[in-house]
Amino acid sequence: MSLAKRIIPCLDVDNGRVVKGVKFVDIRDAGDPVEIARRYDREGADEITFLDITATHDNRDTIVHVVEQVASEVFIPLTVGGGIRTLDDIRRMLNAGADKVGINSAAVSNPEFVREAAERFGSQCIVVAIDAKKTSLPGEPSRWEIFTHGGRKPTGIDAIAWAKKMVDYGAGEILLTSMDRDGTREGFDLPLTRAISEAVTVPVIASGGVGNLDHLADGVLEGKADAVLAASIFHFAEYTIEQAKQHMASRGIEVRL
Amino acid sequence: MSSVAVIDYGMGNLHSIVKALQHAAPEVDVACVADADAILRADRVVFPGVGAIRDCMQALNQSGLSAVIQQVAESKPLLGICLGMQALLTDSEENGGTPCLDVFAGHVVHFPEALTDGEGNSLKIPHMGWNQVHQLHPHPLWKNIPQDSRFYFVHSYYAQPDNAAVMAATTQYPEAFTCALAQDNVFAVQFHPEKSQAVGLQLLKNFLHWDGHVL
Repeated sequence: MSLAKRIIPCLDVDNGRVVKGVKFVDIRDAGDPVEIARRYDREGADEITFLDITATHDNRDTIVHVVEQVASEVFIPLTVGGGIRTLDDIRRMLNAGADKVGINSAAVSNPEFVREAAERFGSQCIVVAIDAKKTSLPGEPSRWEIFTHGGRKPTGIDAIAWAKKMVDYGAGEILLTSMDRDGTREGFDLPLTRAISEAVTVPVIASGGVGNLDHLADGVLEGKADAVLAASIFHFAEYTIEQAKQHMASRGIEVRL
Repeated sequence: MSSVAVIDYGMGNLHSIVKALQHAAPEVDVACVADADAILRADRVVFPGVGAIRDCMQALNQSGLSAVIQQVAESKPLLGICLGMQALLTDSEENGGTPCLDVFAGHVVHFPEALTDGEGNSLKIPHMGWNQVHQLHPHPLWKNIPQDSRFYFVHSYYAQPDNAAVMAATTQYPEAFTCALAQDNVFAVQFHPEKSQAVGLQLLKNFLHWDGHVL
């Protein structure tokens, strides 16, 4: 009897539509985030994360409507990330029914924003998203650095020190993405995940690189992650969330079935 | 049509709890209210809350809602959720010690530092995610909810009631702590039924049909 490790499907949303597509037989509109969220909820997702990649500020309202609709019928925790830069952005998402917001580049450019956000809304709803890339050379002790702008822009900030600082500033959870693994389907960067998870007191969500169900289990068993996030393996109906949970359970991981 | 008032005292968003209550029992009139009369007129009252206890108690004391909640606790079905549960104890050690509503005698304390599970892995604070709720006694609010069902939690403090008889359920992290309290017409939970999918909706439905009597 203990706390279950969480499986979190992530939807990339652009102008209110899911991008990268999905492939479910029972879904009429594969780009509708509400329909996809409903499906993940039925399959037993522990939470759902929306990543808003809408480029233009004018179209940001679309994600608010998506969250409102999903929150009216899906009763599990919802996280929204992407474009969260002000306390007002956070308030709008929470009022729409989000439970947590993910803060990424705004935290890098202004760490005080995380402190203000946690003080205003509580640490429980502040997830700091960290995009990290390995910068040490072969043979050197491992070192990872924070990157922004989708992994293109180095910051010189050490990932472990940054994660600790963000927790000190009030982050209630860390969403850790390996920019080396994101999109590769080779599995999480397990040494990175473990280093961050063991360095901070708050839960860590592993992200980036999942290509099969063993990768999810490895993230928990070897990476020491508290939750695992994946997109494509669920979108393309390669695996259902239920299958993912059964597999994790078969490897001795406590899950909510 | 029966009615339920969700107390709105400016602490956190009430969207989820309102939607979940509407979903759980569409025939019930659900309203967010900040006004004492409206709260006292409702058939049932939900007392939610997130954030820090000092801000919560300050908001309740300034608005006069503290006395209203204490009055509700004497008279009709009341459901405290998360911080709304913690605020029902005598006091909390959060924010350097905060006096609370004293509906249940006892204290709210922080999880000990450096918790580990049986295999030596460190346990994270906040206690966040789906954990099992072990019902200690039959109660109308547990109707159709299997023993040890998983509910969604997110918190760093928990209630320690003086009187073990008011403990309605426990959860292990890693030691057992009290995650639900029950006494006469008052029920309170540390987890979030509005975020706990089917079992959470069932608990809300049970509350919306509860007459405030224990079996």
